Amino acid sequence: MKLSTRHLLSINDLSRKDVLTILQTAVSFKEISERPIKKVPTLRGRTVINCFFEDSTRTRLSFELAEKRLSADSSNIGKSGSAMAKKGETLLDTIRNIEAMRPDILVIRHSAAGAPAQAATATRAHVINAGDGMHEHPTQALLDLMTINEVKGRIKGLKVGIAGDILHSRVARSNMLLLKKMGIDVIVAGPPTLLPVGVEEVFGVRTCYDIREALPELDVLMLLRVQRERMGEQFFPSAREYARYFGVSNESLKGCKDDLVIMHPGPVNRGVEITADVADGPRSVILGQVTNGVAVRMAVMYLLLGDGPSE
Amino acid sequence: MTSYFITNGRVIDPAAKMDAKLSVHIEHGKIVSVSQSKKAPDGATVIDAAGCIVAPGFIDMHAHLRDPGFEYKEDIESGTRAAAAGGFTTVCCMPNTNPVNDSTSVTEYILERARQVGAIEVRPIGAITKGLAGENLAEIGDMAKAGAVAITDDGRPVMNSGIMRRAMEYAKAFDLVVISHCEDLHLAAGGVMHEGNVSTELGLGGIPAAAEEAMVARDIMLAELTGARLHIAHASSAGTVRLIRDAKERGVAVTAEVTPHHLTLTEEAVSDYDPNAKVNPPLRTEADKRALIKALADGTIDVIATDHAPHDITDKEVGFEDASFGMIGFETMLPLALALVHDRALTMKRLVEALTSSPARILGLEGKGTLAPGKQADIVIFEPEHSWTVQAERFASKARNTPFDGLRARGKVRYTISRGKIVYSS
Ligand SMILES: [Zn+2]
Ligand SMILES: [Zn+2]
Repeated sequence: MKLSTRHLLSINDLSRKDVLTILQTAVSFKEISERPIKKVPTLRGRTVINCFFEDSTRTRLSFELAEKRLSADSSNIGKSGSAMAKKGETLLDTIRNIEAMRPDILVIRHSAAGAPAQAATATRAHVINAGDGMHEHPTQALLDLMTINEVKGRIKGLKVGIAGDILHSRVARSNMLLLKKMGIDVIVAGPPTLLPVGVEEVFGVRTCYDIREALPELDVLMLLRVQRERMGEQFFPSAREYARYFGVSNESLKGCKDDLVIMHPGPVNRGVEITADVADGPRSVILGQVTNGVAVRMAVMYLLLGDGPSE
Repeated sequence: MTSYFITNGRVIDPAAKMDAKLSVHIEHGKIVSVSQSKKAPDGATVIDAAGCIVAPGFIDMHAHLRDPGFEYKEDIESGTRAAAAGGFTTVCCMPNTNPVNDSTSVTEYILERARQVGAIEVRPIGAITKGLAGENLAEIGDMAKAGAVAITDDGRPVMNSGIMRRAMEYAKAFDLVVISHCEDLHLAAGGVMHEGNVSTELGLGGIPAAAEEAMVARDIMLAELTGARLHIAHASSAGTVRLIRDAKERGVAVTAEVTPHHLTLTEEAVSDYDPNAKVNPPLRTEADKRALIKALADGTIDVIATDHAPHDITDKEVGFEDASFGMIGFETMLPLALALVHDRALTMKRLVEALTSSPARILGLEGKGTLAPGKQADIVIFEPEHSWTVQAERFASKARNTPFDGLRARGKVRYTISRGKIVYSS
């Protein structure tokens, strides 16, 4: 089995068939994670380098565990932990240096949109985008879809709401692309300051300001982290006001479907976009998302390398 | 001194309302005659311009030569050679050098350096405010006397409207045009490309057209208030065109320029995060592009200027968001502008006018932008139909930051003659 794409830079790289293959493979890899000895020899002898030019704890740990469970040799380079990526050396210089060490997969997280795509031009390795600026975070969207499929038992015909800081969110962009690709109806919500221009046209989604308006029809509600720093940039006046008009509490869930599921890519900002009773309540599948993250990343790495040797 | 007889070409000199098959005779660095004669005078070298347009040498009223201070990107020698290869005989250089051209010493340095190593002539443009800081007026009078032909804080708009007003008033005393890089920095904050569908898709910070238009509107109002001459640099949006058209109809002393890249490309050029398509103002929409072409054709926009902005590869290879703004323009200007003529969106006469007599008039460049007998022999000879492939590695510029590398181009400069001497031929 193999994917139709060489890199995973954007959800746009994947066909519907690729997505289904990843989900199927992830389910079987998830089973490995439930075993006492969580390791298979699948990627023995393969080298994966995690290039986290932007700080990350959770995504990086998830990738590292996925690599270890597949028996790959993995190394990490970080923002400051490496002599590389210093001032004066360009991103491409750094990638060319890494390339000289013949890696099989580069996992790249960068604060600048497009950085993984640029890196892919300078390496023969497969590049996985682990989050680039405000652009995309495709493995997050895949793990979200895996979770939805797991909980709902289906994908097509569902209605998913995404609420919060859509403008700055790479998770929202990847999810809008992936969910639409797989036949899911998507409604995005947030204060007008945090909805990107043209979002309806570009992603084929519906928008509203207050997610409560759309709540009764939703099967899944995905909440996004709203960073408090956005207040300083005048996107909204206060966390209190955000929570009051745009956040979700148990109170606002009145009138929703009985089986509405709450998701959040984390880290959760309790009391802003979501109250603690919702985040930790019975509808929440937030921790299930984290578990699926490892399985999805194992699947993507396995499928990118395919059965044969990498070119 | 050499004498040339340029014959068999179509001579276009909009300043003299001339467009005919004529011969141009030059000697001692000056134009001797433009006539129907087919016979070369004794001692003159014949240049056969069959299939070519013979026009006054192009004037680029907006370029960055990076000298002094950023010679690793470009310098006066390489920049003027690149300009000569693009058909230019006069280039006006922007003051955002290091040190900033906000004083006679820098203005004089540029002029002196150009005299020593320049392939063509350079006319410096001085800063509006000291250090381009937007706070205190630079010594505008001194710079004008030293040879500055306009003032601008290009790249760093004068956000303080009170200072912009004073600059406009003061510039009147020296009959200098004030060139405005229109950008409301608060509206543009965090932006790296046009704000629209493509920026939303790519997750890149957007610069709305309103960031430009708000400042165009402000500066037009200040031009009305002060009676100063205002020139809008690199117009990029349909809204800017509307504001300029309206101001001109009301008789405001406003002129404008547009770059070849804004006439040619849209936000789509950024789609693969090509840092060479990162410019300020950003490439906008198809509708904006069409409005700019129409405005250039009907004279609402007066001038084509390159905004030649050379950068070293390290300024561009750092990822789209961190990359410097700007692309080089000298050596691709002609085929890009000619594409509009080939598409019948622009007449050849308008094209030549926008590159010669219009900038000369706006900047008050005496004797430039025309082929009138007695004037300095600054001439370009270009072949509109010649097809070639743009190869950035062969540019005379030190820089390679162009999105047009590999482009199949139509229209090539054959000769550039500056002060009676051939400074470029192909
Ligand atoms: Zn500018
Ligand atoms: Zn400029």
